[in-house]
Amino acid sequence: MEINGVYIDETYAEAFGAYAGRVLITACNKTWALEAARSMTGFGTSVIGCGCEVAIEAIEPTDTPDDRPGVSVLLFAMSKKAVHEQLINRIGQCVMTAPTSACYNALEAEDRLSIGGKLKFFGDGFQISKRLDPLITGNGSGPRRFWRIPVMDGEFIVEDRFGVQKGVAGGNFLLMGRELPGTLQAAERAIEAMRKVAGVIMPFPGGVVRSGSKVGSRYKFLNASSNTAFCPSLRRAVKSELPEGVGAVLEIVIDGLTPEAVGEAMRVGIRAACGPGIVKISAGNYGGKLGKHHFHLHQLLAEG
Amino acid sequence: MSPVVLRMKEAPTNIPLEAESISPDLFVQRSQGEIEAMPVALGNETYRLGDFFTVEGERSDEIVVEGCAGRVKWIGSGMTRGRIVVRGDVGMHAGSYMRGGDILVEGNADDFLGVEMEGGLIRVKGNARHRVGAAYRGSKYGMQGGTILVDGNVGHEVGAYMRRGLIVIKGNAEDFLGAMMMTGTICLFGQAGIRTGGGMQKGTIICMRPVDLLPTFAYDCTYAPVFLNILFKELKRLGVECPAQANGLVRRYHGDLADVGKGEILIAA
Repeated sequence: MEINGVYIDETYAEAFGAYAGRVLITACNKTWALEAARSMTGFGTSVIGCGCEVAIEAIEPTDTPDDRPGVSVLLFAMSKKAVHEQLINRIGQCVMTAPTSACYNALEAEDRLSIGGKLKFFGDGFQISKRLDPLITGNGSGPRRFWRIPVMDGEFIVEDRFGVQKGVAGGNFLLMGRELPGTLQAAERAIEAMRKVAGVIMPFPGGVVRSGSKVGSRYKFLNASSNTAFCPSLRRAVKSELPEGVGAVLEIVIDGLTPEAVGEAMRVGIRAACGPGIVKISAGNYGGKLGKHHFHLHQLLAEG
Repeated sequence: MSPVVLRMKEAPTNIPLEAESISPDLFVQRSQGEIEAMPVALGNETYRLGDFFTVEGERSDEIVVEGCAGRVKWIGSGMTRGRIVVRGDVGMHAGSYMRGGDILVEGNADDFLGVEMEGGLIRVKGNARHRVGAAYRGSKYGMQGGTILVDGNVGHEVGAYMRRGLIVIKGNAEDFLGAMMMTGTICLFGQAGIRTGGGMQKGTIICMRPVDLLPTFAYDCTYAPVFLNILFKELKRLGVECPAQANGLVRRYHGDLADVGKGEILIAA
């Protein structure tokens, strides 16, 4: 298959199941909402080394509970317990500390984690609970409880419980370009298009990974190492996967609330990336051993 | 599902009628004949509902009460579902112990509206009298959930011993608003009487006009609690617009320091 002269490999991206939470951060203005969100999502690129994959979601919410500017953040981890720990740590350390911020659950799910219910203890006994009935909140899913925690600029509002559900992590595709500038531009085009898809994040810096990894290493203390088969500088030193003429490879990793959202993001991302300077687009699969979600590139692109 | 319509016949006496059988939970499974045969009390004697009301419709969890029901007590008491619309005034204890559903009173409500309710919504277009959402004498807790909206004025001791829930009063309140309140929220758009929040332990009273506070309340600061944004936004969903002076800034007082002292009175700055 070819799109705009770019060869699309007949392969699939292999993704795995993860648990996801979604939070909505508001503040007095967009700047401070973004500051809180950026702080919360810092060092959240890969579950391998960060404990979770977390990033600002592609959409910008227009309807927030307190009518202030807001930013939604998606967080993925390997277990509910890990989501719980990461939400408490990151909301407690990064959102609560940001001036004027408030933090709300933005995921309606059956499973709920006590987050505000734990952070409330920061109030040292002066925290105040406010519960709004479903008739008031209009969400039809039971009452919503908010904690008002006294802080030095007023009070920090955090919702008592946050939804958690199964999601998909590790969707991906690889951009193989003739040289780095053109490949990077293609990656940027892809990310711009993918950020319009709801329910997905691309957790790496700017959405792009340059250090794709393979499982294992020659060093015993490492369980992942550089994906040497895609390193242009090792073309003649290892069994390379690179076609002739490829001088740079970048990867885009996608986590989503549903397989459909991940597939849609991959589809629009690949289409946007196909252009001058790109030789081939492929995806990372591990022979079906990594996870149950397989995103076949040809199938995805034939749909749209 | 069409509603069951109850039309009040001419009231035979000045003695109030006790009609706790007027509840969607009880009407939903009953035929018209069975509804007419339901018991009501007048003084120490038991009558049939059909003796005082003409009944139209059956097996519905929506009830419309028409006519002069200002002396009909206990309408919607303990209801858990459905809807009652009273086209006129309603007597004492309407919606007491209510756990779900909603009641709309197009006229005025008498004393003890929504007393000790646990859930649901009561809306009164006119005025309500004393002890709205409060506790009965001797009870430990008043309202423990749900929402009461009063478009007009209210009487004394509204929200007394309240524990959870929300009361919104668009008009004025008489004395002892939120007295002995445990938790919960009262929002008053009009003028408060004396001793607002007297003996309150926790909970929030929001006043949009200046209040003469008891000396056992201490001023903390003037600030803009984000929680009010949430509350007012949700109230707007119910068609309750916040008054113009609510620019978000409030003067916060805590008290009653003669008791636990963790309650707060927020007065629009």
